[in-house]
Amino acid sequence: MNIHVRVRVNGRPVTVVAGSSVAAAIAAAGVVGSRRSVGGQSRAPLCGMGVCFECRVRIDGVGQQRACMTPVRDGMSVDTDG
Amino acid sequence: MAERTRDYDVLVVGAGPAGLAAARAARSHGARVGLLDAQATAGGQVWRRDVGHPPTPAAGRLAALISSGVDWHAQTQVVDAASGCLLAEDPAGALRLGYRTLVLATGARELMLPFPGWTLPGVTGAGGAQALAKQGVPQGGRRLLVAGRGPLLLAAADTLRRHGAQVIGICERTPMERLWRFAAGLPRWPGKLAQGTALRLRLARVPYWSDSEVLAVQGADRVEAVDIRRGRERMRLACDGVAVGYGLVPNVELAQSLGCLLDMRSRHPHVSVDANQRTSVAGIFAAGEACGIGGRDTALLEGAIAGHAAAAGEAAIPARLRGRQRHARLFAAWLRRHFEPGVDAWPPIPGDTLVCRCEDVALSELDGFTDLRDAKLATRCGMGACQGRICGSALTELGVFAGPAATSGRRPPLFPARIDTLADSFAPTQPGASP
Repeated sequence: MNIHVRVRVNGRPVTVVAGSSVAAAIAAAGVVGSRRSVGGQSRAPLCGMGVCFECRVRIDGVGQQRACMTPVRDGMSVDTDG
Repeated sequence: MAERTRDYDVLVVGAGPAGLAAARAARSHGARVGLLDAQATAGGQVWRRDVGHPPTPAAGRLAALISSGVDWHAQTQVVDAASGCLLAEDPAGALRLGYRTLVLATGARELMLPFPGWTLPGVTGAGGAQALAKQGVPQGGRRLLVAGRGPLLLAAADTLRRHGAQVIGICERTPMERLWRFAAGLPRWPGKLAQGTALRLRLARVPYWSDSEVLAVQGADRVEAVDIRRGRERMRLACDGVAVGYGLVPNVELAQSLGCLLDMRSRHPHVSVDANQRTSVAGIFAAGEACGIGGRDTALLEGAIAGHAAAAGEAAIPARLRGRQRHARLFAAWLRRHFEPGVDAWPPIPGDTLVCRCEDVALSELDGFTDLRDAKLATRCGMGACQGRICGSALTELGVFAGPAATSGRRPPLFPARIDTLADSFAPTQPGASP
């Protein structure tokens, strides 16, 4: 039996399995892009292992956090820019 | 921010198979052992926790280490290195980790190469797609193409299918004759043969195309189709995602900044070690993928060797480990021989293709530069948050620069860090440092 946690992605509530990453919560919320590149392109996770920094988002008000390296916590608030 | 300090006899960086084995071996001699990893859970990539699935061997190994007295530092990223002390950052802030001896088990990252459309959401690494699926990124109903080179493609396709994705095909760049030669040698490593056979059987219904590769990805704001080459044929396939990886690249940045000698004979450098896993710097050991891509079995053995040597000296290394390590390394050489074609083998990439995703630098902007350092100063290529880990490895693989790759000169921070963490690195004293 999996435990679930509730987080908000761009203000919308989403429920994911505990232990999921923030990247998983973003995808489960139906949000595609995590950040905008310097040229304005929408970008999403690429490497999945903390190397490429394409998945950077704002988590609980703190910017530049890697969504693939951060586990979800109940009540967490995630904002994307993609 | 208040500075936190810990001191260890043996500090192990990386909690994949090599790091877990190193910590266990070191602890068996009674040493004070610290184990850190940038991820929240142990296991590295190969033993990555799969959310909603049974635990990997890493969970049990870590639990045993913790109960034996090993200090576990999760979500801890090394930012800077000094003699006898690492500056790290965890969710609570800066952390100084002092050590007598250090084991680098920093693993590997995936080699990704640029092609038109590779910046579109929906393009990931092959191992990257596998990692994201295991983190809980929903895969149900997604049509995915898996592409690149090497046996990792099979493992990725298998994981993605288990998570509900529809894998529409696997594009393996290596020609069939070379794949057969690789397979013909596998009976020397029965475990690998069994693993490969089981994967092929589970993927029996997934089209597998040798001598084929991704040329471009199409889509307005996300992946809608992929153009591939299959032998001499070109075709377009509708899909929702493309998972493409060309193998693994050792993570040598920390070793480099500690002054450890790198072996530059293969395309991508790895840490030079002797038979006792000692690097060129006294008291610093390295094990597993950082010493050249060798897979999990090699990592477990080298981690154990390094852990024994780091805690109690080379006389403490059990003899049986050495023979097994050499045999495991032979597999690594066999793998490399069949999945590392020459530098001229890559197809031309259109000049307007972005190579540096952090700074949006196109390939044509690098024309006329002979090394990455010059190109970086003039174009910002490699100056972004990934610090050249993606584009630098790609440009090296593609042989874009005529000049030799830089083997030294890496500067802190090793990863982007918070400003107060960096402020701590300029603190006048280093309480964590050993005399």
